[in-house]
Amino acid sequence: MKIAVCVKQVPDTWAEKKLSDSDKTLDRASVDGVMNELDEYAVEEALLLTEAHGGEVVAVSMGPDKAEETVRKALQMGADSGVHVLDDSLHGSDAIGTAKTLAAVLADGGYDLIIFGSESTDARMSVVPAMVAEIMGAPQLTFANKVSVDGDTVQIQRITDYGYDEVEASLPAVVSVVEKINEPRYPSFKGIMAAKKKPLDAVGAPDASVGGLPAAWSEVVEFAARPPKAAGVKIEDEGNGAGKIAEYLIEQKFI
Amino acid sequence: MSEVLVLVDQADGKVKKVTLELLTLAGKIGEPAAVVIGADVDTAPLAEYGAAKIYVAQGDDLTDYVVAPKVDVLAQLVADASPAAVLIASSAEGKEIAGRLALRLESGVITDAVDIAADGTATQSIFGGATIVQSKVSQGTPIITVRPNSSPAEANAAAGEVVAVTAAVSDASKTAKITNRVVEAKGERPELTEAAIVVSGGRGVGGEEGFAVIEALADSLGAAVGASRAATDAGWYPHTHQVGQTGKTVAPQLYIASGISGAIQHRAGMQTSKTIVVVNKDEEAPIFELADFGVVGDLFQVVPALTEAINDRKG
Ligand SMILES: Cc1cc2nc3c(=O)[nH]c(=O)nc-3n(C[C@H](O)[C@H](O)[C@H](O)COP(=O)(O)OP(=O)(O)OC[C@H]3O[C@@H](n4cnc5c(N)ncnc54)[C@H](O)[C@@H]3O)c2cc1C
Ligand SMILES: Nc1ncnc2c1ncn2[C@@H]1O[C@H](COP(=O)(O)O)[C@@H](O)[C@H]1O
Repeated sequence: MKIAVCVKQVPDTWAEKKLSDSDKTLDRASVDGVMNELDEYAVEEALLLTEAHGGEVVAVSMGPDKAEETVRKALQMGADSGVHVLDDSLHGSDAIGTAKTLAAVLADGGYDLIIFGSESTDARMSVVPAMVAEIMGAPQLTFANKVSVDGDTVQIQRITDYGYDEVEASLPAVVSVVEKINEPRYPSFKGIMAAKKKPLDAVGAPDASVGGLPAAWSEVVEFAARPPKAAGVKIEDEGNGAGKIAEYLIEQKFI
Repeated sequence: MSEVLVLVDQADGKVKKVTLELLTLAGKIGEPAAVVIGADVDTAPLAEYGAAKIYVAQGDDLTDYVVAPKVDVLAQLVADASPAAVLIASSAEGKEIAGRLALRLESGVITDAVDIAADGTATQSIFGGATIVQSKVSQGTPIITVRPNSSPAEANAAAGEVVAVTAAVSDASKTAKITNRVVEAKGERPELTEAAIVVSGGRGVGGEEGFAVIEALADSLGAAVGASRAATDAGWYPHTHQVGQTGKTVAPQLYIASGISGAIQHRAGMQTSKTIVVVNKDEEAPIFELADFGVVGDLFQVVPALTEAINDRKG
């Protein structure tokens, strides 16, 4: 089984994120990048599936120079090879540009499964996996907290607002995973050493007209920092904590 | 005046509150038209909240496959009605429908709006509410998903003319088949994303039984119950109640967090709540940074006493 896993580099979880004043895109240069947390679960799931069924895992990321670190991390965890989609024309791509670019890169790979995280912590759109399924005409098996493959069939449990759906499709298919699915491994020392020798190809944008700021189908008109909230009250409970909260709730007209 | 399509979100045949909020927003842009896909809903509230037309598409094909059939119906309606915009609730599935529809129509998509102006400019609150952005779709029919509970639903009676739609679901949209649907018990409390008040518990609640004190407080306030991932992962509360990055995003008038430390992933789902009250025994817990009113103390002392105070006041 050949599996592609899409990994995105995002600003460090705790870093203060900003839009850049010049072109109103996320300022990625000023913050440390890490692999999007949810994509670690995607890598883990790809590794578990190939450990069970045989095959190979290719890590794919689109992003600036630094994003190579994130592809490398996937290799350290155990992916066999990496593809870094790197092109200045891709700067400022929106979800549509990202999905079109990834779909074009993935189309020639002969993948049985393409696995995504369910959301990137910076964009928080949760749409790229569904969009890639749309473009590729592949079954959409998103928000999975369980994936199993049997021959040509893949089944997932899809987390829903009300519980979950069991969903079935034929390979090839697009999957996205939620954080309940597994426990991602840390790269071992051996893994880190081995990753240095694994193939990692940089490829250009498949079609310069689909991605990047000029091609974006939506635009930020203006932005502003939210006025800071007034500092709150903090008290020590000395037996009267509940009473104080109740007073506050009355004052605020909640009760 | 152009139509503005609003995809109806429902549970058990009842239109969700977010749909009424969307109809109100739609009325600012054009003439609201509700779209019901594959569900048997009570359409009266749709007319009451401004839907001039109610498009209804029925058939098993629409609900037996993941997302794509709904996109087929909406794409067909957009082609026929040339609406000024399409509004969809910002649920996980709503965003997927919006994303795929955008590709079908070669239109731009904006997700997680908290408001929309008459000219279609959307307001988004990003980076955990730290930055407010105005965005516009620059190509095609604007497709905008809107967060529940972010703008008021205002009654505005309209004709509510029901128009049956014959939906052609393509074979390409029938590839991911739903073989079973599991609904987890949800009880009588308000829905998490729609509730005006949310009372949440975390690891500090200590176990499944501990949630009884959280539920009692919620019931005294007519609130929904939320949980941190630590609590849902431990099996103390169903995952459908998880608040945060990978759970639900809530923005109630009042959020009460007890025994929750305030990890960034939890904050991602609740920090735009209007008022935040915290009970935590660790005065260093980061959740206090968000608190309008915080009590450093044991939740098993404070929460039951608070419940009692509220119930006493109600008499
Ligand atoms: C990819 C990913 C996604 C995630 N998504 C989510 C998400 O959607 N939602 C989410 O919540 N988390 C999420 N997390 C987990 C998050 O990082 C934290 O681990 C989690 O929120 C911690 O839950 P908690 O605050 O209940 O537990 P803890 O961090 O253990 O905090 C418990 C708190 O309870 C207090 N306490 C203990 N006993 C008492 C008592 N008797 N009275 C008062 N206070 C008490 C303690 O002082 C402590 O502050 C995610 C993590 C990852 C990696
Ligand atoms: N630039 C990118 N490169 C690789 N994968 C991406 C990229 N952007 C998004 N993804 C994938 O799509 C998922 C959902 O992202 P999003 O729709 O932006 O929330 C992520 O978890 C990644 O798996």
